[in-house]
Amino acid sequence: MLDRAQPQAKGAQQARAIRIAILAMGGEGGGVLAEWIVDLAEHGGFLAQLTSVPGVAQRTGATIYYVELFPKAALAEGAPQPVMALMPMPGDVDIVIASELMEAGRAVQRGLVTPDRTALIASTHRVFSMTEKIAMADGRADAPVLLEACRNSAKAFFGADLAAAAERTGSVISAVLFGALAQSRTLPFERQAFESTIERAGVGVAASKRGFAAGMTAVSGEASAVPIEGSVSRDTTSGEAAATSADDGTQASLAALIAQTESAFPATARAVVRVGLERLADYQDLDYAQDYLLRLKPVVDAERRHGDGSGRLLAETARELALGMAYEDTIRVAELKIRGSRFVRVREEVQAREGQIIEIAEFMHPRLKEIAESVPAWLGRLMLRPGLLRSAIENATRKGRIVKTTSIRGFLQLYLVASLKTRRRSSLRFAEEEVRLTAWLDRVVATAAKDYALAVELAECRGLVKGYGDTHERGVANYESIIGLVDHIAERPEPAKRLQDLRKAAVADDSGSALKAAIAQLGLN
Amino acid sequence: MAERSFAEEVKKLRLGAGDEFRGEGILAITKALLESGVSYVAGYQGAPISHLMDVLADANEILEDLGVHFENSASEATAAATLAASVNYPLRGAVTFKAPVGTNVASDALANLTSGGVKGGAMIIIGEDYGEGSSIMQERSHPFAMKSQIWLLDPRPNLPTIVRMVEKGFELSEASNTPVMLEVRIRACHVYGRFTTKDNVRPSFTLKDAIESPARDVTRIAMPPGTYVHEKEKVEKRWPAAVKYIAENELNEFFDGEAADIGIVMQGGMYNTALRGLEVLGLADAFGAAKVPIYVLNVTYPLVDAEFVKFCTGKKAILIVEEGQPDFIEQAVNTILRRADIQTKVHGKDMLSMAGEYTGAVVRDGLKRFVAQYRRDMLPEERPVEGDNSRKSAMAAVNGQVQPRPPSFCTGCPERPIFTAMKLVERELGPHHVSCDIGCHLFSIFPPFNIGATTMGYGLGGAGASAFNVKADKRVVSIMGDGGFWHNGLASSVGNAVFNKSDNVIIVVDNGYTSATGGQDIPSSFWNNPIRATQNSIEKAVRGVGVEWARTITRTYDLTKMRDTLKEALTTPEKGPKVIVAQSECMLNKQRRVRPQMRAAVERGERVVRERFGVDADTCTGDHSCIRLSGCPSLTIAPHPDPLRKEPVTKVLDSCVGCGLCGEVAHAAKLCPSFYRASIIENPTQWDQMKARLRDAIIGFFQRRLARKAAFA
Repeated sequence: MLDRAQPQAKGAQQARAIRIAILAMGGEGGGVLAEWIVDLAEHGGFLAQLTSVPGVAQRTGATIYYVELFPKAALAEGAPQPVMALMPMPGDVDIVIASELMEAGRAVQRGLVTPDRTALIASTHRVFSMTEKIAMADGRADAPVLLEACRNSAKAFFGADLAAAAERTGSVISAVLFGALAQSRTLPFERQAFESTIERAGVGVAASKRGFAAGMTAVSGEASAVPIEGSVSRDTTSGEAAATSADDGTQASLAALIAQTESAFPATARAVVRVGLERLADYQDLDYAQDYLLRLKPVVDAERRHGDGSGRLLAETARELALGMAYEDTIRVAELKIRGSRFVRVREEVQAREGQIIEIAEFMHPRLKEIAESVPAWLGRLMLRPGLLRSAIENATRKGRIVKTTSIRGFLQLYLVASLKTRRRSSLRFAEEEVRLTAWLDRVVATAAKDYALAVELAECRGLVKGYGDTHERGVANYESIIGLVDHIAERPEPAKRLQDLRKAAVADDSGSALKAAIAQLGLN
Repeated sequence: MAERSFAEEVKKLRLGAGDEFRGEGILAITKALLESGVSYVAGYQGAPISHLMDVLADANEILEDLGVHFENSASEATAAATLAASVNYPLRGAVTFKAPVGTNVASDALANLTSGGVKGGAMIIIGEDYGEGSSIMQERSHPFAMKSQIWLLDPRPNLPTIVRMVEKGFELSEASNTPVMLEVRIRACHVYGRFTTKDNVRPSFTLKDAIESPARDVTRIAMPPGTYVHEKEKVEKRWPAAVKYIAENELNEFFDGEAADIGIVMQGGMYNTALRGLEVLGLADAFGAAKVPIYVLNVTYPLVDAEFVKFCTGKKAILIVEEGQPDFIEQAVNTILRRADIQTKVHGKDMLSMAGEYTGAVVRDGLKRFVAQYRRDMLPEERPVEGDNSRKSAMAAVNGQVQPRPPSFCTGCPERPIFTAMKLVERELGPHHVSCDIGCHLFSIFPPFNIGATTMGYGLGGAGASAFNVKADKRVVSIMGDGGFWHNGLASSVGNAVFNKSDNVIIVVDNGYTSATGGQDIPSSFWNNPIRATQNSIEKAVRGVGVEWARTITRTYDLTKMRDTLKEALTTPEKGPKVIVAQSECMLNKQRRVRPQMRAAVERGERVVRERFGVDADTCTGDHSCIRLSGCPSLTIAPHPDPLRKEPVTKVLDSCVGCGLCGEVAHAAKLCPSFYRASIIENPTQWDQMKARLRDAIIGFFQRRLARKAAFA
């Protein structure tokens, strides 16, 4: 076994295997895609080698498939077989296929994507990692940064939301990626050869071919240049809320209210205020929306007098005030659950087809406190007083309930709760929220005169109060303890920054330890 | 039944002389075993050799035709002990498991086996689970070969070489009366390639022959004084016989190169990576022709002194490419050369990294360092790579954005509610020390659950809590899967806890399969298996070893029950270990079983109800408590459709299998009312349709009324 041909003379065309790395997550069909590429190549005059590291990575983890293709034409008669590598080497990969944007980012991070060599074919949609998902607020990675890195490090970048293309065509992402690979023209095979491979595989051929075609279209020409959505900021003018609210009568009066904002509010806040008005008219009634405008008046003044031109104080306060006034109580939840528009939306979400019947069941766990807070105050106080009524309600609410909204009985139960809406203003919760909101609003306005940035932060702090049950209680407690520190903070350097740190600490974990640590760091007392 | 079916692939096992086999490395090894005339094969599943077991299970018919017996061993120790059949009889046998964890478990049997030696060829196929994608501690199998004297084959990772080494391995074993280990790394196990097949061989001497005319030889038993004789035999007879066979049959390979004054020695398994490194450095072509002489060790133990002397003579320096640590080969080569008084400088771990996988980049850089030191003239001039700066800045930019994706519980996994229940109990009783085991349940150590302090090995979850057996105000919880339970846990964890009067809690996750290894059957598997005895109760087994407090929960998704049982186990005054058997079928396997059935029923026009969950975005406030208590892959986040909200909402993907945990969590943890369960009725009956029409009429009336009221509010 000592005889081997010496390396070919320098300058001669060196035969070289095509190196392809596929980054996917368990269950996405990365293996199928790799097998297709092998089949495609073997039928197109290439030798193919494929390997992977399945193991536990299959259980939803990230994994890499690696394929090398060698042209049979470059094989001399009786010469040894090419030696193909079993793993991608940074700087030495011709094609990287990534099933998702962060996986594409991972390929960049590992140095697999290089500007001198690599064509990067990636779906730009996001499958969020556990770290991103479990954040108490918004822990998403910066998608535009990932996308930019893909563009900057690849020789050619073919990116589009291929998951959407898969969904549209009732196919899977592996088929769409195969189409994108064909469209990239990085492999020496014609479209027909790709499609023949899908046919030979023989499983779900029609759907795979649809997905394949969609993949080709998605990364052709301009499609690849479509910017993806930013991770945080969105257009606040897209008023979905309006769609849920009622018909012409309200619309007309609401329109009048909105018209008022044209003159009274600066352009930077108009979009938010408009959504706020729509939300509150829907939540309660036109008067309530009118209240909203009235309450914002002092903030408008404060913005005009002390603003830095950004309009942030008014916009943030208007946003938080709308959310605060439209707090989530049992009445609101019941109303949202039984709306006709919601039934339609659920059908869409679960992708129900014509002829299928959908039954919807809700998982509710109203507790004594929530019930007592929703009924008129006198009744609520009676419920909270130790006694027969209280223990009866406590007994009845010990366990969560499953309410079938699509059954007549379940629907009417929620309908009854929703009809308490007219009495909402007389409920305990309403009074409690009024007090908290008023105190907050006064404080924001008063602070604006002294420190605009701090006032903006203060406005945002109200966002800590949200949710239901434990979440709501935790939020209120965090909010109260932070607000209690504002006077101390105001006397320190960079108060706005300090307040922001506290607010972020409050949503860093749900045990409250980050907030406790942040407060300790302030070194009060 | 295993998660992946090899029904199609096993047909390749019937290929005859001169046919071309195309497929995975593991399947090629299986074929090579049949071509080598094995009488029996046994093993314990685990990546990367699970497929070998699955292929054999699916190939039972072919095996029976050839008179080959195949067993799913209870553990690696059982598998290794199976090789005892080759001690007294000319029977070829092979066992397989993942390494080095499997080798750890098997080492008792392996040491006894090697002491007396074998008559028939005995082969241990180990899937070396090292480097990227590995699920175990990073160690080598090499020292097991050294300590018990087992020959270690590490073939070049291409199918013809691997297949040849299987065949030659049996001959080597018989020529030296010593078992051999065939080491295949993860990627080699899964590499797709080609080789030319031979006919399968029926063993001439069969297991039946052995059973019916038993033979024994007391000198082969590991018992003094035999053991003293065995040790001498090992070094005086078996070692020289092995070296002679290896050299004569050219199991190791030499490749010439123009730079005669240097050379590279490598483990066979490193060959493709090293050659690619040389190719990238301009020192080899795509066909393996290199400018530097290469010596490939397809046998990494024993080393053949004479071959090293021959290779190193006249060389200034060699580089040893040996993956993993300690550097056993490098140390041995230094001794060999010293004894032969050869002054060649030996490089290895000084130029390559001591620890960690030898990836393409690591090997390339090491080779470059070596050649630069001795033959800089051979390296092409370095030129800056085009666009390198934009690559570097892109790499820096993504650094903070790319997050790890550790493996986690699958969509609808029945193990998830167990840990959700533990989280809920934690809220009431505070945190407990948790001792984990091996298996899918160990994903609990990652977010969102963050549960578990140690893992000591398969079936050792309970054992890992042994010391915590003193009076205290809390109990310790240990967790075991059903795989670990039958592997070792019944005796080492449960029996031990009973005997030592432990007061702790042991949770046995009974999902019907060894799920982490690919869903193979075990004694307590729920379904019938035509060739194995299943449906043996775990609760009966633990009661059999003396557990008094044992509860079986037949539906883990019943979160309230799960939580309350756990709480009871942690607080009951009753003495002795508390065992909770938490049962529900592995969802991955269940879906594989149920989905096709449901699809077929729908196509037949039968009424089928499919459930899935959803979240109402307009009531979700984006706190994600539900995700922190579940972590299901189908539970994710999406931009909030409400322009007033910044935090993303929770969203349920269509991959939801409707396991019900989300609803249970919403109830048990008193979360928000945003979750709904949709029951989708396919092919509704006339009764269904009538009910729906009536409902729609009445509900529709009130919905319109509601809309009107809203309008004039």
